[in-house]
Amino acid sequence: MNQNQYNPAFRLAVSYIDKSRDFYAAQGYKIPYRWAINDQVPFQKLTKPLSESNVGLVTTASLPDPEISLNFDPGILQIGSTYKFSSSPTPKALYTMDRSWHKKATHTNDLGSFFPLDHLKLLAEQKIIKSVSNHFYGAPTDFSQRKTNETIATEILSYMKKDNVDVAILVPL
Amino acid sequence: MSLVARFLESNNIPTVIIGSAKDIVEQCGVPRFIFSDFPLGNPVGIPYNTNMQIEITKMALTLLEKAKYPRTSIQTPFTWHNHEWRETYMEVNESNRELLARAGEIRRARQTKRKYTN
Repeated sequence: MNQNQYNPAFRLAVSYIDKSRDFYAAQGYKIPYRWAINDQVPFQKLTKPLSESNVGLVTTASLPDPEISLNFDPGILQIGSTYKFSSSPTPKALYTMDRSWHKKATHTNDLGSFFPLDHLKLLAEQKIIKSVSNHFYGAPTDFSQRKTNETIATEILSYMKKDNVDVAILVPL
Repeated sequence: MSLVARFLESNNIPTVIIGSAKDIVEQCGVPRFIFSDFPLGNPVGIPYNTNMQIEITKMALTLLEKAKYPRTSIQTPFTWHNHEWRETYMEVNESNRELLARAGEIRRARQTKRKYTN
């Protein structure tokens, strides 16, 4: 296949549900992961304009550990905890190698490509939003949907309430 | 992350996700979603293309303000420079099948060890 073209007999969008099921089956896992499915979706309208809103940013990346190289891939997803960290100054780097992303096709050396903190700061200067929250927030990807709902999500909400976040942008790798 | 967005939204914080795993996010069901059809890792834009990244961030903010209904998804107008990545992510084929089976055994052994040492 010419890498600049795509065979139109196949679906273009990648199904990560299909990919991961086949990949882990090939690794000998007998029971496929059961992804979250919901009929109902909550919806909250903005209660004030963006230009008056404090924006909170959530990432699945981790804070770097000085003992671990940013390029070290542990080869197995590390289960981490949530965190909040000062938005100023913008961190120089975040640790992403313990997350699932396309390590053959791209890289995460440019923070702005997956963590738009500087972009939000610029939009605050331009008065498109009022402010960026004092902290940004880390929500690890976790195999357990129960843990995500009961622990991770409640911790992120509690950080945001303390910081008076009005709206949230969530960026999974 | 989709579950976190749903939880925040249920607790009166409007949310928008910027992501690339369209099927996972949409099947979970989220209020607002900006879909970047890129390899996983750079949902906000191509590395070092700051203008594109700012544009995608602005799209997310616009969606926050303009969406009227849950499950509002918008695909960015940007494309990756090739399609090869679609095939090579978590690829399973005859050339790596044996290697993957072996990697699975090693992984399970490490997971078991971790379970009993933690």
